[in-house]
Amino acid sequence: MDIRIIKAAAVTDAVKKLYMDMNYYIGDDIMSALLKAEDGESSPTGKSVLSQIIENDRIAAREEVPLCQDTGMAVLFVEYGERVVIDGGSFEDAVQEGVRRAYIDGYLRKSVVDDPVFDRVNTKDNTPAIIYTTIVPGDKIKILAGCKGFGSENMSAIKMLTPSAGLEGVKKFILDTVKYAGPNPCPPIVVGVGIGGTFEKAAMLAKKATLRPINTDNSDPRYAALEKELLADINAMGFGPAGLGGDNTALGVNIEYFPTHIAGMPVAVNICCHAARHKETEI
Amino acid sequence: MAKKITLPLTDETIKDLKAGDSVLITGSMLTGRDAAHKRLYELLENGEKLPVDIDGEVIYYVGPAPAKPGHAVGPAGPTSSYRMDKYAPALLDRGLKGMIGKGARNQAVIDSMIKNGCVYFAAIGGAAALISNSIKKMETLAYEDLGTEAIYRFYVEDFPAIVAIDSKGNSVLVTKAVNDGKES
Repeated sequence: MDIRIIKAAAVTDAVKKLYMDMNYYIGDDIMSALLKAEDGESSPTGKSVLSQIIENDRIAAREEVPLCQDTGMAVLFVEYGERVVIDGGSFEDAVQEGVRRAYIDGYLRKSVVDDPVFDRVNTKDNTPAIIYTTIVPGDKIKILAGCKGFGSENMSAIKMLTPSAGLEGVKKFILDTVKYAGPNPCPPIVVGVGIGGTFEKAAMLAKKATLRPINTDNSDPRYAALEKELLADINAMGFGPAGLGGDNTALGVNIEYFPTHIAGMPVAVNICCHAARHKETEI
Repeated sequence: MAKKITLPLTDETIKDLKAGDSVLITGSMLTGRDAAHKRLYELLENGEKLPVDIDGEVIYYVGPAPAKPGHAVGPAGPTSSYRMDKYAPALLDRGLKGMIGKGARNQAVIDSMIKNGCVYFAAIGGAAALISNSIKKMETLAYEDLGTEAIYRFYVEDFPAIVAIDSKGNSVLVTKAVNDGKES
């Protein structure tokens, strides 16, 4: 079996570029959705907020500065080809170093504390990043990366629904979570939903869902229809841009699902602000 | 049309500000978020002196990103205000006149705002690069060890915000869903 050697430095460089780019340049999926929202917004305040968000994102790209000061905690989903061998260090260290360099060299905010309860001392380089790795066939490394601000992360929730709750139960939990979040998570938001699996699998799916471009649908037409229905229901809630009222409370709803246990139907809702930063690369 | 206001806020200015007003703020303000609030609150609880005088000040809930060379300040948009709700009434009782953040406040904060004659402004969450263009200078005042969470003084010109909750307690924040959708 042929192996492919990838230098640790190449991984570090790729990760660094992902994090600098995603923080400076909002994705086309989000910008298109913001422009469409601005166009259709009936509230004058909402329209003005959307115009300012669009202007903000253009300034960030032009000046190459972070579009939001909360440059988040780094989360990476990695598909690691089983024929890849890393030369010059470990894969984990190479990724962490990429995040470290992006946050230091790229003037991104360091928002990570070492201990959640007792010390809460800033690690000063935004590490550790959270890395989920799956081993796959092949000789490539595919990285799907995001940086998650906590204004919206704090508004996320998970519930262990049971089968009798049915589709109505799933919808109610998702909508209730968005209602509870209200004006806080920097609307218009992106709603990532994970359904099925186990407790932690549902949460991971929800996170992954926030990283999927919002101009894509779930490949299962039933889930795709549910995404559209939930988006309409959320926008009818009226929180609007910045929570100051209007037609655009969400830009998109992405659902990911997974087989689950006969006794369960876990649902996780990961809320993301309009600065929904995500980027992919393949090495 | 946005109202131009200057800091420090006078009682007349505060009275004139109505929920929903767009404002452009010029002057100097304090910054502070979770960790700094916790420290200030603990000092007040223990009857100790604060490291900064908050009387008559406006505090902006922000943890700025680092400034690039040639920039006065890095991107600096508002953080969620509700996390400061536990601490805000004690600071308002000590003379704080205004707060700038994003999102909802609890009833205890609103009651304290009415009692003390204060105003809560919303800046646009996630508009950090845009907002930072209105911040002309920053200085570190206290808690430098907290990094981005330190207390800074910002000198701003035409800082864009909206009066989210005025000194009478009127609010333009939508905190309850207007339409519950189709769910039962």
